[in-house]
Amino acid sequence: MKAKAAIQPSLRERTSWRKAFQRDWHLYLLLLVPVLLVIIFNYAAYPGLRMVFMDYKPAKGYDGSKWVGWQTFQKVFADKDFSRALTNSLVFNLLDLLVSFPMPIILALMLNELRFPRFKKVTQTVLYLPHFLSWVIIGSVAYQLFKPNSGIVNILMMKWGWIQQGIPFLTEKMHWAVTYLLIGVWQGMGWGTIIYLAAITGISGELYEAAMIDGASRMQRIWHITLPGIRSTIVVLLIMNLGKIMGSNFERLDVFANTQVREYQYQLAIYIYEKGLSNGKFSMATAVGLFQSLVGLLLVLISDRFAKALGEDGLL
Amino acid sequence: MAKDKTRDIDNSTVNDGSHAIRRFSIGDFLIILILVILCLTCVLPFIHLAAKSVSSNTAVMQRAVVLWPVGLNFDAYASIFQDGSLVRSFLYSVVVVAIFTLLGMITCTCAAYPLSKKRLKGRAFFTVLLMIPMYFNAGLIPSYLLYKDLHLLNNMWVLILPLIYSSYNMLIMKNYFQSTIPDTLEEAAFLDGANNFQILFRIVLPLSLPIIATLSLFYAVGRWNAYADNKYYITSEGLKMIQYKLYQLVASATEAQTATLSEAIEVKSTPEVLQAACIMFATLPIICIYPFLQKYFVKGVMIGAVKG
Repeated sequence: MKAKAAIQPSLRERTSWRKAFQRDWHLYLLLLVPVLLVIIFNYAAYPGLRMVFMDYKPAKGYDGSKWVGWQTFQKVFADKDFSRALTNSLVFNLLDLLVSFPMPIILALMLNELRFPRFKKVTQTVLYLPHFLSWVIIGSVAYQLFKPNSGIVNILMMKWGWIQQGIPFLTEKMHWAVTYLLIGVWQGMGWGTIIYLAAITGISGELYEAAMIDGASRMQRIWHITLPGIRSTIVVLLIMNLGKIMGSNFERLDVFANTQVREYQYQLAIYIYEKGLSNGKFSMATAVGLFQSLVGLLLVLISDRFAKALGEDGLL
Repeated sequence: MAKDKTRDIDNSTVNDGSHAIRRFSIGDFLIILILVILCLTCVLPFIHLAAKSVSSNTAVMQRAVVLWPVGLNFDAYASIFQDGSLVRSFLYSVVVVAIFTLLGMITCTCAAYPLSKKRLKGRAFFTVLLMIPMYFNAGLIPSYLLYKDLHLLNNMWVLILPLIYSSYNMLIMKNYFQSTIPDTLEEAAFLDGANNFQILFRIVLPLSLPIIATLSLFYAVGRWNAYADNKYYITSEGLKMIQYKLYQLVASATEAQTATLSEAIEVKSTPEVLQAACIMFATLPIICIYPFLQKYFVKGVMIGAVKG
């Protein structure tokens, strides 16, 4: 104990850089690895953002291309494709939040009511599975299952007489929108329960015992004990998800792409990829990407403030 | 309480007092029913595809295959192995994922261990430096041009190097170090004359095996599943990972188009069956190892959720 007391004050003093290096040069050596990596692969890309103020031509490079000021942004905001991509992204992200957010909560409540530990465990394992599958696999499986003529879903529904004609689940835009959103729900529902189940285990068992003795029904217990117990978790996750409203997942959109549904599937990630890498409009694609990440960053910062204002932990 | 006692006797399987008044009700039945249906939506698609992949062409065309193979044969898998491109891509992916995971864990430790030390001078600066990339990304085009300048386009390393440092994984590891490894243990080692490396290798890492397992899995699964960077940066067939191959074979092919392996070999199966077999070929490894690894992932999420 004496030795520790002797060390403490010296630690609190401001050590000079020379002393710090002498003592911890091993640690600085270790830090060199990640620092070099982020400098080479992340920070080195930031100067490339100056092309949003240029008419960047791949053949001419950064030095040969003309500076055009805010023209790229004017072009982008006047671009019909951009407004469509932006609208689609916002609408689909909101819908996604609306249908995907409640599901894990409901599932967690149901899992929590289960009394057979073995069954519960197997259920959880199975429900987590979609989270580990790549979008390619999910997309390929969905195409196989939902084909209008030869997909098993349509075959069975026709066999049972529910429908006369195959439903174009993934090849007609309205059906596509619903299928796309439901697949999103399916993919995230099990995994999302983990955090809620953890929050539920933090609720005191005495509350439930007391409620049961008072004769509370299952619904009453869920409504008056479990849900209030996980309220702060719900609020934080909701705010976090609101912060992601500008995002768009390229892989998820790309695997469900086809010409018939392009009107809805055309979202920001697709815009950036197609304008940029496929059509060579580098400046415009970068401007849209920059716009997306700046607005996204702003939303995250606002959400964080909001969560903290509500007395929650926040994210940053 | 007396009321509870009588119910307890009714329900002979429940001995635990806290469950005394919870009998198997219609609510329990409904919950189990819903959960079973949801579980089936996760399992049945794969059983169906597995059955389809080993059924005969005619049975599939007659739409007779539901969950059980009809006219069992392995022609489609034979074609996949004969063609070899998917198999090669599979092995290549395993190699990329292995290198990626190893380098990723080394980088992650190199970042997390120093930053977990409160005494480190400049800790705040390095933390900010290493966190900014998580919140702000230069975007597709500037990255693309940068990798071009670095001669990484169409190179296996473009799938590895830019992604081996992950702020998210670093935070999880840092939190773990700070919360589970007592400072007193390190102080004691320090006083015994151990240096930072010795403390890291002899004390900290051996105590961190659970988090090492979890993060390795995060790295491995993340790399295994992602394909967008293959699409952006890779053009030679030999350097494409299996997910991207599958994407080209199946996901990007609508009903009008068909999946084709190389034209050199004779494919007896119809595109339907062949596609099913390709999907199963890429999915089975994940489904087989997944149940054993699942608990590590859950652990990782829990540690990640606790802020340090």
